[in-house]
Amino acid sequence: MVRLRVLRVLIAALMVTLLGRLWLLQVVEGGTYTKAAADTRTRTVPVPATRGQILDVHLRPLVANRSRPVVTVDHVTLGLQPGGGRAVLTRLAGLLRVPYGELEAKTRLCGPEVAQPCWPGSPYSPIPVAEQVEVARALRIAEHPRDFPGVSVELRPVRWYPLGSGAAHTLGYLQGEHGQAGLESAYDRELAGRPGSRNVAVDNTGKVVRTVEERAPAPGDTLVTSIDARVQGIAERALAGAVSRPGGKGAAVVLESATGRVVALASQPTYDPGVWTDGVSAAEYRGLPLHSSALQGQWAPGSTWKVVSVAGAAAAGYRLEAAYDCPSSYTVGNRAFRNFASADLGELTMHGALVKSCDTIFYRLADELWRKGDQALERAAKGFAFGTATGVDLPGEGAGLVPDRRWKAATGAASCKRAESGYPEEKDSARAAYLTRLAKDNCSSGGAWQAGDAANLSIGQGDVLVTPLQLARAYAAVANGGTLFSPRVGLRVLRPDGEVARTITPPVTGRLPASAPTLAFIRAALADVPRTGTASGAFEGFPFDRAAVAGKTGTAEAYGRQDTSWFASFAPDPGYTVVVVVSEGGRGAEVAAPAAREIWEGILS
Amino acid sequence: MIVPGLAVALSGTGLLLVWSATRTQPDQSLLVRQAVAVGIGLALMWLVSRLDLRVLRAYVPLGYAIAVGSLVGVLTPLGVRVNGQHSWIVLAPGVQFQPAEFAKLALVLALAMPLGELREGERRPGFGAVLTALALAAIPMALIVLQPDPGTLIVFCAILAGVILVSGARLRWLAVLAFGAAATVVAAWQAGLVRPHHVERLMVLADPASYASGIGYNAAQARIAIGSGGLAGKGLFNGEQTAGHFVPEQHTDFIFTVAGEELGFAGGAAIVVLLGVLLWRGVGIAARSGSPYGRVVAGGVVCWLAAQSFVNVGMTLGLLPIIGVPLPLVSYGGSSTVACLVAVGLLEAVRRGRASAWARDLR
Repeated sequence: MVRLRVLRVLIAALMVTLLGRLWLLQVVEGGTYTKAAADTRTRTVPVPATRGQILDVHLRPLVANRSRPVVTVDHVTLGLQPGGGRAVLTRLAGLLRVPYGELEAKTRLCGPEVAQPCWPGSPYSPIPVAEQVEVARALRIAEHPRDFPGVSVELRPVRWYPLGSGAAHTLGYLQGEHGQAGLESAYDRELAGRPGSRNVAVDNTGKVVRTVEERAPAPGDTLVTSIDARVQGIAERALAGAVSRPGGKGAAVVLESATGRVVALASQPTYDPGVWTDGVSAAEYRGLPLHSSALQGQWAPGSTWKVVSVAGAAAAGYRLEAAYDCPSSYTVGNRAFRNFASADLGELTMHGALVKSCDTIFYRLADELWRKGDQALERAAKGFAFGTATGVDLPGEGAGLVPDRRWKAATGAASCKRAESGYPEEKDSARAAYLTRLAKDNCSSGGAWQAGDAANLSIGQGDVLVTPLQLARAYAAVANGGTLFSPRVGLRVLRPDGEVARTITPPVTGRLPASAPTLAFIRAALADVPRTGTASGAFEGFPFDRAAVAGKTGTAEAYGRQDTSWFASFAPDPGYTVVVVVSEGGRGAEVAAPAAREIWEGILS
Repeated sequence: MIVPGLAVALSGTGLLLVWSATRTQPDQSLLVRQAVAVGIGLALMWLVSRLDLRVLRAYVPLGYAIAVGSLVGVLTPLGVRVNGQHSWIVLAPGVQFQPAEFAKLALVLALAMPLGELREGERRPGFGAVLTALALAAIPMALIVLQPDPGTLIVFCAILAGVILVSGARLRWLAVLAFGAAATVVAAWQAGLVRPHHVERLMVLADPASYASGIGYNAAQARIAIGSGGLAGKGLFNGEQTAGHFVPEQHTDFIFTVAGEELGFAGGAAIVVLLGVLLWRGVGIAARSGSPYGRVVAGGVVCWLAAQSFVNVGMTLGLLPIIGVPLPLVSYGGSSTVACLVAVGLLEAVRRGRASAWARDLR
């Protein structure tokens, strides 16, 4: 029958059509679909690497890792819940006794529109929302998985700070997986290691079915620092004692004079970096003192600066052993510049000028040089590497300021504008008036470097600003014979197997513009400061036979506030440089010097 | 016995594929249920293949009445809605059937009565016979439109066209049928029975990439699963797409994607070839049938299975829009499996009927 033959041909044609299509999909285009299949079926999840520890010079941990029960929330699973998981988070907030809003904020993914707190990591990584969870509460979550879809409890390494708030700014902190400040940021690449990845197969709901491929993470390197945890602790305590006012600022720096290595860096106010492991709320974040006084704090150096001026005087041809009159006041231009406490100290050599901290000798020196147009003092300041950042291996360092002719000219124009407008934003009307007067002076002089500016600079007052670390590096150079280092906190980077990956050496950035005899002269003068000079009260009874501590007090005026209290010191053995500054501390001899003594005694004990 | 053998091979393959498709599901009862259905189906196939068609013929009016009755039943509260279609009748908890599948069987047999029983001297079915057949087909088709179940409707149309073709009726009847089908589509459109998703499915076909995540998800995932199988497949029970349940309805209407992914082109083509050979042999049985009745029954069965196979595989391969019909003998589904196996039994009965007639003639 013809019709059946037609039917047969029709059926054969249909089947051949299917076979052709099948061949096209599977053989011709198969590769494309294989890739598409892999894309729909697998997800790549990063496996965090164990972050390297940060150790002190004796390999004691400064930052270590600890396992803690951590409640995590899976962003993807949560998103699949009805209402975006609001009910789940509400239940979780109730269990953990935290406000819902706080929990919700932590689980948001960071983005251009989403500010802290938020999750900066991968949406496929579990987001830690609570640490230090009581075991009982953690068990409740583990036992009721249906009530808490997407919520899990896991033991994971978190950063642990054995020193508590000690060296907080130096160590820095982590946010997500990356170092945000301090050593954690500076050595982030080496500490972080290389995260591994896990290629997981998922089903159509995104649930992980099995692991397809795993690339093991490479743990991070260990950073050995030159920090001595013991000295750091001593410095912290001494500083905390000296900064009596709550929230008061101050810093203590201990350097190894001969190498430029950092032994201790203490800053006030400080905080416990442990807060970061729990996640920080927006309100807490604003309240955290993340500013490092040792690195970022900038103050006028006061009389500690006289070391620079003596070196400048020597360079300008002044004989250091010659006798100079130290009257109670010296008139520069039309203004009388007074000695500290208006004391008339008679005739002094530069040795005595440093030991007794005479100001008027330096006013005269500055005035004479200014008249000659000799910039010896400004050159000495630059030669001691002030006004430039030290280049320490910590981020965010301040550069300080050395005012000179060029700087004055640059600020002159701004002063004229201020002379017109005044300081309406200044709340204190007396201070506003003072600033306006200064601006008027400055403007009327046309931004010229005046004798008064030079006089102020010669004793470390006025516009000059230094960071405690800058001052410490300069004094270390005086102590070591003139070598300026770029200080380093990092000492060695150790690979996970213990091999030394690299050794860090503080680079030499320059030499002091002072001859060896000049430096010896300065050292001899500074050696008398704690014995018979301005710091003799603070160092009464100090065992100089065990450590011949030499130093210089500094009391820098700060308008409308208490003076900035400084003490910069060093000893030949142990070869450390110790600098202490207490903002609004008062006289250097009364606040910073006793704190420095406490540090020296701690080092010796 | 070639045709029943092919049916056994196909339903056995189907069991393996259903097993694979449901292996990662918590509910493992689907495989057992399908195995039971295959067992019942094979028994019925054997039974029907032994029957004399003339004996069977006596029960056809009753079967037709039951089929129509149950198609009415699914539209009443007896019916259960699945995926927006009233297609099921629950007999007891866990025991339900799809009347439409058995209605295909009843329709083939019922249409063979006017079209396959020629009066003395007639060479082809006359006007009255064809009209009767059209009327017999119209009733279940109308009920299917009400469900609505476009897949089954297409199969019914294929059966109707097939039996008219092989019965030898004038070809103009096929033209009438085509016209009727077009009119039905227009009428269904007018009556609001064509749902938006029916239209969208056609658009998916034209532009699969734009619809890959929405309405076209099913089609896209089906193609990915099949395409990723390659020439040799990933091996039975090794399909990752299958394990992850990326293809919805994979054990039922999309069972062919399991074969495509796990058995590759080799396995997929084998299933198509098995079906093709079965249909080829079916046409041969129709051709050699001694009686017009046998020829019409065999032709109807062949057209039914051919249409359903092509529509099913065609949709999984992206040749046709997504139309919900199971792959004969392979897909999960008790009603479909049993009905198809019985249909194969009918083919065998036709073949044996001719053989026994030949044997009688010899005696």
